[in-house]
Amino acid sequence: MVSYLLNRILQAGLVMLVMSAIVFLGVFAIGNPVDILISPQATALQREEAIRALGLDLPVWHQYLNFLSNLLHGDLGRSFVFNVPALQLILERMPATLELAIAATLLALVAGIPLGLYAGLAPKSPVSSSIMAGSILGFSLPSFWVGIVLIMLFSVHLGWLPSSGRGDTAVWLGVRWSFLTVDGLAHMAMPVLNLALFQISMVIRLTRAGVREVILSDYVKFARAKGLRESRIIFVHILKNILIPVITVVGLNLGTVIAFAVVTETIFSWPGMGKLIIDSINILDRPVIVAYLMLMVLMFVIINLLVDLIYSVLDPRVRLGAR
Amino acid sequence: MAATSIRSIFGGRKGGEQTPFRRFVAEFAASKLAVLGLVVLSMIGLIAIFAPWLAPQNPYDLAQLDIMDGMLEPATTGGSGFTYWLGTDEQGRDMLSAIMYGLRISLFVGAGSAVLAFVVGATLGLVAAYFGGKTDALIMRWVDLQLSFPSILVALLILALLGRGVMNVVMALVIVEWAYYARTARAAALVERSREYVEAAQCLALPTRRIVFRHLLPNCLPPLIVIATMQVASAIALEATLSFLGLGVPVTEPSLGLLISNGYQYMLSGNYWISFYPGVALLVTIVAINLVGDHLRDVLNPRLKS
Repeated sequence: MVSYLLNRILQAGLVMLVMSAIVFLGVFAIGNPVDILISPQATALQREEAIRALGLDLPVWHQYLNFLSNLLHGDLGRSFVFNVPALQLILERMPATLELAIAATLLALVAGIPLGLYAGLAPKSPVSSSIMAGSILGFSLPSFWVGIVLIMLFSVHLGWLPSSGRGDTAVWLGVRWSFLTVDGLAHMAMPVLNLALFQISMVIRLTRAGVREVILSDYVKFARAKGLRESRIIFVHILKNILIPVITVVGLNLGTVIAFAVVTETIFSWPGMGKLIIDSINILDRPVIVAYLMLMVLMFVIINLLVDLIYSVLDPRVRLGAR
Repeated sequence: MAATSIRSIFGGRKGGEQTPFRRFVAEFAASKLAVLGLVVLSMIGLIAIFAPWLAPQNPYDLAQLDIMDGMLEPATTGGSGFTYWLGTDEQGRDMLSAIMYGLRISLFVGAGSAVLAFVVGATLGLVAAYFGGKTDALIMRWVDLQLSFPSILVALLILALLGRGVMNVVMALVIVEWAYYARTARAAALVERSREYVEAAQCLALPTRRIVFRHLLPNCLPPLIVIATMQVASAIALEATLSFLGLGVPVTEPSLGLLISNGYQYMLSGNYWISFYPGVALLVTIVAINLVGDHLRDVLNPRLKS
């Protein structure tokens, strides 16, 4: 177990190293960092000084080592636009994104499990067919298009919901949140639904597949034979057993939801990290781009590490096979 | 059996009573929805190919645009007596023509990236399965690693580094997609590899390249074709998303996603059609491909047959 753990952590570290090299080479070798980092109005002398101060006269491998050591110190450069540390800028925007992603995940569970349960218990009913057809649409429709249609319907046509921004926020744990105010919740409704749509489809399918499988098992047949109430069979015998895998998968998908929040935040002008990165790419604010990419890579490396660990705990074959 | 069915799909054995190809066609035609999808898809393909001849207007020839006809609602007739069935944008561009041209770019990017990703992914997957050992471990580790990151993040990473452009988008999509082909090709090839015909080919001392591409590959095609269909749809959707975000194709070559993005700013003031109709075109394309792909999977999957 310990050697398996070490092996995985070593691999995660290696992935971070490779990704940092790719990002470094991409940003600092393809574009000319001198043009990007130094104001075009600078005089030749100022340029000279700036190049030396930024270490741009050093060989590439040395620059990369500097980049790495700065990375390890959490120093990812300053945003050209906001003139604050890039990491700080991103972390400031993080709560808005997390709020959206967590709300979307919860919505996916709350809406997806009952629908999937119904589709699994009554697979032949027309309602189930439309639920499943809906889930196929949820998978295949590009989410930005759904977002636009939502705005068209609820903001432009009906005028019920605001189309952009976070609305009023309230402070909790020293951070501003939208979900604590009514206005904030109204602003959250459409982005959350938009972001959740893919997850809802996935939860429906997972739940339905789980129900179809569990319903044939001996313990459900036995419960029926014992003459238990149908509601007890459904909610205790069936639901309890399928909840664990569904919640695990959805929980592990939180990272993907955060990545896809880029699209939702752009549509609804939600001031989170996703909107920040798109804005930064459009105005070539490279330190912010680098910081965002490295942060996301780190997040996924950690998530993958967790997945591996969880599976190795749940299934001994995984860690034995890894030797 | 699989080999002959594939050969007859492409080679086309004429005559005969029950060729594998005919059986395949009959099985495919059993689903009305899939046939409908195929018909719609063919029409979309034809429109995309022949857009310059079919479109009422060349939307990027500024001489043909009349700024006085800007922001017209669908089905209004402009000053020059020309009826804009899907309305115009702020420059007086006929949206119907813009959508036809946009389809061209969307389909080119989607299909082009799918073909390239197919070539790269299938080759690496076959190589991994055929050689096994360290080669296999190395390639599949990379595949697993890449698939653990969401596609949009990988594409974002590449386009943030390369900047926008049609070829950059194609490249980003190939890098995103090849892993799916590699995984599928490897899974199929691992099964085929232990078959007698591969052994026979090895005994004949045929060159490895020939065994992999002429013997293994044709027998691994059915699952790859299914994956390819689905990947074209997801590539088109991803390209549209990236273009919507302003990271995809350049403004001079607007795909459907970019048309939607351009119209988006006018939507809040009620001019819905600039965004809406390109969106419908995108939607119909993606759903049609998925219908075909979904049914292809059922038809080509030997597990479901037996």
